[in-house]
Amino acid sequence: MPLETYINVIIGGVLTGLVYGLMALGLSIIFGVVRIVNFAHGEMMTIAMYVAVVAFSQFHLDPLLMMVPIAAALFALGYVMQAGLINPFINRPEHSQFILLVAVALIMVNLLLIIFGPDAQSVQTSYSLDSYEIAGVIIDATKAYTGAAAVVLSAALFAFFQMSRTGQSIRACADNYTGALVVGLNVKHLYALTFGIGAACVGAAGSMLVLLIDVTPALGPGYTLLAFIIVITGGLGSMPGALLGGVLIGVTEAMAGLLFTPSAKSMFSFALLVIVLLFRPQGILGKATR
Amino acid sequence: MLQIANLDVFYGDAQALDAVSLEVAEGVIVAIVGANGAGKTSLIRTIAGMNRPRAGTIHFRGQDIAGWPSFKVCDLGIGQVAEGRQVFPTLSVAENLEMGAMLPRARAHRERNRDRVLSLFPILAERSKQAAGTLSGGEQQMLAIARCLMGEPQLVMFDEPSLGLAPAIVQDVLRTIVQLNKEGLTCILVEQNVAVSLKIASHAYVLENGRIVMSGTGGELLGNDKVREAYLGM
Ligand SMILES: Nc1ncnc2c1ncn2[C@@H]1O[C@H](COP(=O)(O)OP(=O)(O)OP(=O)(O)O)[C@@H](O)[C@H]1O
Ligand SMILES: [Mg+2]
Repeated sequence: MPLETYINVIIGGVLTGLVYGLMALGLSIIFGVVRIVNFAHGEMMTIAMYVAVVAFSQFHLDPLLMMVPIAAALFALGYVMQAGLINPFINRPEHSQFILLVAVALIMVNLLLIIFGPDAQSVQTSYSLDSYEIAGVIIDATKAYTGAAAVVLSAALFAFFQMSRTGQSIRACADNYTGALVVGLNVKHLYALTFGIGAACVGAAGSMLVLLIDVTPALGPGYTLLAFIIVITGGLGSMPGALLGGVLIGVTEAMAGLLFTPSAKSMFSFALLVIVLLFRPQGILGKATR
Repeated sequence: MLQIANLDVFYGDAQALDAVSLEVAEGVIVAIVGANGAGKTSLIRTIAGMNRPRAGTIHFRGQDIAGWPSFKVCDLGIGQVAEGRQVFPTLSVAENLEMGAMLPRARAHRERNRDRVLSLFPILAERSKQAAGTLSGGEQQMLAIARCLMGEPQLVMFDEPSLGLAPAIVQDVLRTIVQLNKEGLTCILVEQNVAVSLKIASHAYVLENGRIVMSGTGGELLGNDKVREAYLGM
């Protein structure tokens, strides 16, 4: 195969991986702050994808524009889930939190099945077949837009957590729960905000992803798992790690599709996870725990 | 300022506080003395809204705040320098101070309060960009006090502020508390250095197994034989 093919596929993998990274960032933020593993992560993204599909098929609204209202809607869903459902479970044992979120995930998958049926749906935009050619490298236009959007949103999130007072307060809660109560932070509100932000990440990622893949209700669990693989590969609790993990998984999947068969891509993602865990158990950018 | 009556606190089935009643007048230092596990921290956490009492009342300026969430209690002007300091280790010193000023009551005066605490603890100004987790124990204690003052409290509960500090720094911390009290801050002080805390306190309570077994002026308790034997080793 000519070298350009490899380069094209790698660039495509990086761009798709950035969207994966944004999705995984949501999981990482929720886990890093609330210490809850969102087992409904992929399912929430599937909901976002269906909203984007409906907005496009019924109202001809471009998913790239719908990204903003969908992220806002998922923020609201996440806030309400944390405030109403998960906060009461915060001090309960982990297995009951696990069961709670798995139950939420099952309900989401089955609601989607009831509403939309099991068949795959997709979005065909006017630019879905466009591409750019830069120095002999062909870049898919859709992937370029979604990749760029994922980078912009991730950068905005970094800035929010570093620079805004609310972002600092959320980091403070993650840093020391007791300390947050001591200074009078409204921890439950901040947890709900955090879950909302994590959900907004999957909301935005979901609207982008409908441009890249077909959506079925059964997609959820696979993407929940993918988000885990990415977060653990990149390093639990590291925001840049989630993005880097997403990019690595994106490239791995793309290369597996090129060199073997697209259906084998999950196998290679797991292989990457195993290799990283063998040589760097804390993940690539994760900090070793004491 | 603060009146507590018949406070009961449980952890599961284990009772940590049993019918605790006490009173803190405006502008004083009240010491709480007790052995390990007596319930001192439980008392402070319950006042702060971090533990829910099963029974009893906590009146602050006439309002019963028992069972209020901690962020509301803090916003009334009840601050806490908690056991173990509880700074935010990965946040910078400056960010830690900011977190103390997130209360609605203190937001408007953030700059003024920052100037005030940095002149009280100049070392924190030098360390302002450093992660709080890398400060020495004494510096972390100063940060915990400074962070608390950023919230403009009227009553501060100090829980073992000198634990683990070198003797010279213990003196500094206690001197700071006396100084703050002179400037009008009401203080509740839990201090393992019982002799000193009774000396600076105008009133003191002895807590044993979750019950108040004795109370009086600092001087009275200092002269009490039981206290001298149990807590002063004399
Ligand atoms: N979170 C908790 N869960 C269960 N029991 C607790 C908890 N916190 C404290 N206790 C128990 O309540 C009792 C009072 O504890 P507390 O921490 O209030 O004591 P203390 O007077 O502050 O002790 P120390 O001087 O060691 O700080 C102890 O028997 C302790 O074991
Ligand atoms: Mg204690």
